[in-house]
This record gives sequence, structure tokens and C-alpha cells, in this order.
Amino acid sequence: MLAKRIIPCLDVDNGRVVKGVKFVDIRDAGDPVEVARRYNEEGADEITFLDITASSDDRETMVHVVEDVASEVFIPLTVGGGIRVADDVLRMLNAGADKVAINTAAVFNPEFVKEVTDRFGSQCIVVAIDAKQVSGEGEPLKWEIFTHGGRKPTGLDAVEWARKMADYGAGEILLTSMDRDGTKVGFDLALTRTIGDAVPIPVIASGGVGNLEHLVEGVQEGGADAVLAASIFHFAEYSIGEAKRFMAERGVEVRL
Amino acid sequence: MARRVAVIDYGMGNLRSVAKALEHVVEADDQVLVTSRPDEILDADRVVFPGQGAARDCMIAISEHHLNRALLDAAHSKPFLGICMGLQVLMEFSEENEGTELLKLFPGNVRHFPRGAVGPDGRRLKIPHMGWNQVHHTGDHPLWQAIPDNSRYYFVHSYYVDPAEPDITAATTDYGVTFTSALARDSLFAVQFHPEKSAAAGLTLLHNFVRWEPSACC
Repeated sequence: MLAKRIIPCLDVDNGRVVKGVKFVDIRDAGDPVEVARRYNEEGADEITFLDITASSDDRETMVHVVEDVASEVFIPLTVGGGIRVADDVLRMLNAGADKVAINTAAVFNPEFVKEVTDRFGSQCIVVAIDAKQVSGEGEPLKWEIFTHGGRKPTGLDAVEWARKMADYGAGEILLTSMDRDGTKVGFDLALTRTIGDAVPIPVIASGGVGNLEHLVEGVQEGGADAVLAASIFHFAEYSIGEAKRFMAERGVEVRL
Repeated sequence: MARRVAVIDYGMGNLRSVAKALEHVVEADDQVLVTSRPDEILDADRVVFPGQGAARDCMIAISEHHLNRALLDAAHSKPFLGICMGLQVLMEFSEENEGTELLKLFPGNVRHFPRGAVGPDGRRLKIPHMGWNQVHHTGDHPLWQAIPDNSRYYFVHSYYVDPAEPDITAATTDYGVTFTSALARDSLFAVQFHPEKSAAAGLTLLHNFVRWEPSACC
């Protein structure tokens, strides 16, 4: 039986892993290769790197990070952040990324997703969706796509957008709830379930994980194919191994 | 004796991770060569044939690189490992791209996963089949050495091979259907999953391949 995946996510700024930027300025930077190696040894099913470098000059650094990690860590690697043109995708794939996550560029130009899935194949294109609930109390649930870290509304309905991205060839959707991101109160399960039911491709749930129970809920109630978390692993609250054993005990199929 | 492992580059996807994983498991004096040259493929001791993307593009790329003959020759004469699309194109015909003729090394077709199939948990099975699934060995093979049966490997694909000769199946995997996830004949072994992305189990399989001395061939 196919296992549900557990994916640790690393924020990378100018070639270093940055921890906890959302909370306080703990820039306890680690070496991405070291961190990736540790997660691999603990049994991570994939690793996602989010390039949060502001300057485009420093993006070249990310290419080297991917090269270094891919030489030593033999599990799938996804890279997101700052992917704007097909050549960005190509550079990351050539550096050793298995998948590239596209977010803002897809919102501004949906045809871009078609272009890169045609050229590189659906299997390596992940569309990252940042969604926020916009329905009020008592209204039918509705979520909208936001960009710029949840600050800019786009007017796009999240469910329609996810369907469109799947139609355009995306191989997977990385779904982040902007309402839950950083809150540690658990995934937006209704959002996860709604998007997962709407598209034929796998959905990765993201945003809000604070404990291991949340990972189980994401799969069992949210119907997610994979769960992504950052802070619970970074701050060594839980190891990937602990998370997997907990999920297995709760009846989730995982790779142990 | 130093071995020379050729990874066939025909422009279908990134071969870096395949080459890196092989470099990780070979002996110090072995050589891993990424090449699109038929002469280098024929000179190598063993050949790895990866691939991703669509079937039609793969067949066009093989033809444009003038690799048909070198490929078939290598597949018959030396240890040969097909990976993902490098497995599928060995069959006769693929349903992909409204039908694509393949290399016809093995009778049988490549089929799309059934749409709307439901998994053991009652939920729709997503396509592509993406993630870590179990590989059930159908018998002993030198490439399975030191790898427990039902180990998990990383898969990402929407089509699967359906060989007409059941005895070439070396392993099966369940995803809505039970499909052939590895096949073997003589000096050839081919897998649907990605050993280069499958952590310890995948590296062990590559380690075994590099040291494999098939007796039933040549």
C-alpha cells in the first residue's frame, strides 16, 4: 500500500537554513546538507527547500545548495521560492531537484504551468497554493488564493484554482492554509479535504502543525496524501522517526 | 577490476541523481560515465538506462540520438538496468500520447492507471502514483540481495507495464491494480520505481547491480 509521506520543510536564506523567522529572530542557521542528511537518516520521505532569499543575485547560492544536498541525500528533493521562468525550473532540475514548486508565477501567468509541465513533465511540477478562508460564519465555506505571504488577495477561488492547475498539468499540489500557518493549532482540515476531493492529483497539506496528532488528522480527516511541517521538526520537538511511529500506531500507512 | 558504468543520456530529464547515486555505491576505481554516445555505451561494462517524461518524447529522443541499436545491443549483451521510462520503453506499445510504438524488447503494453479507482481506505487513488510503495519480490534475484521483501521504494508515474510473458516479472506492486514494478531476463533488469531516490533500499539495489555478474547471459 502506498505510504503517506512526511515532508520536512526547510527555509533557506542565502545558502543557510534559517529557523523560526516567523516567530522570533532565531537565525540559528544550519548547513542545509547537514540538516537534510539528518532528516534523511530519521526517515523523511522527501525534503522541501523553500528559498526565502530576497535578492536574485543570491539565488545562484540555492543552486549550489541543491547540488550539494543531491550528491549525498538520495530521497526526493523539492525546491520552491523565486521560480519565475522556465530556465529557473531547468536550473533547479539540473542541480538535482526532483520537483520544483511554483506559486506566485502561476497566479500571475497560469500558462506558465502549462509551459513547464509540457517541457519537463508533470512529475516534477508542484503548484504551491496559499489559501485563506473568506467565507463568514454560517456561509458555505470558501477560500481565496493569496500571494506575498498571505497579504495580497487575488480574487481566485481556491477550489477552482486547484482544479485549473491540475488541468494544466501540475503533478501535485502543495496546499498551505494562510489562516493556520505558524499557529500550531493544526491543519485547516476542511480546506485540505475540499481541495483533495476536487483534484485527481496528490495534495500535500501544510500550515499549522503543532503536534503529531495534527499529522494524523491531516491524513485521516483531511485526506492528505502527504503532510508537510517545519517548526516541529526544526526545534527538535519531535523527530521524523517519532512522528512516523506515532502515525503508524494510529493506523496511518507510513514508511518506517 | 575497475568497472565502467554508462548512464545513457538522451536528453530526457536530469541524470545527475542517477549518476550521483551510482558514484555513491561503486568502488573507488570504478567509473560512472554519463553519455549519449553509442560507442561509449557499447564499450561500457554495464549500462543504466533512466528516463522520465512522456513516452513519445522518449522514443523521439532515443531515435534522434541514434541510440536504438546501441540500446538493444546493450540490453542483450551486458548488465542493463532500466529505470522508470527506461523500463516502459522496453515494451511494445504505450497508451500514452494517443498510442506510442516502443522498442519492442518484451511483448506487452504500457497502460494508464484506471481512473477513478478506489484505495483500501475507500478514497480515490490519485494519479500520478507518487510516493513510497511496497515491492513484492516474485522470486530470488541477485539484485534483491540484502533487501527485505516488501521494501518500499519511491515511485512517480501514471502508466505501468503489463508484460505478456508473466515469467519476466521480478516484482509486483499494488496501486488499484497489481502491476509489474520490476522485470528481469538474463542480464537485463528494469524497475518502475526510482532506486536513486529510494534511500537505503534503492542504494542497495544499485550496489547489487554494479556487482552483478549474470551467468545466464552472453
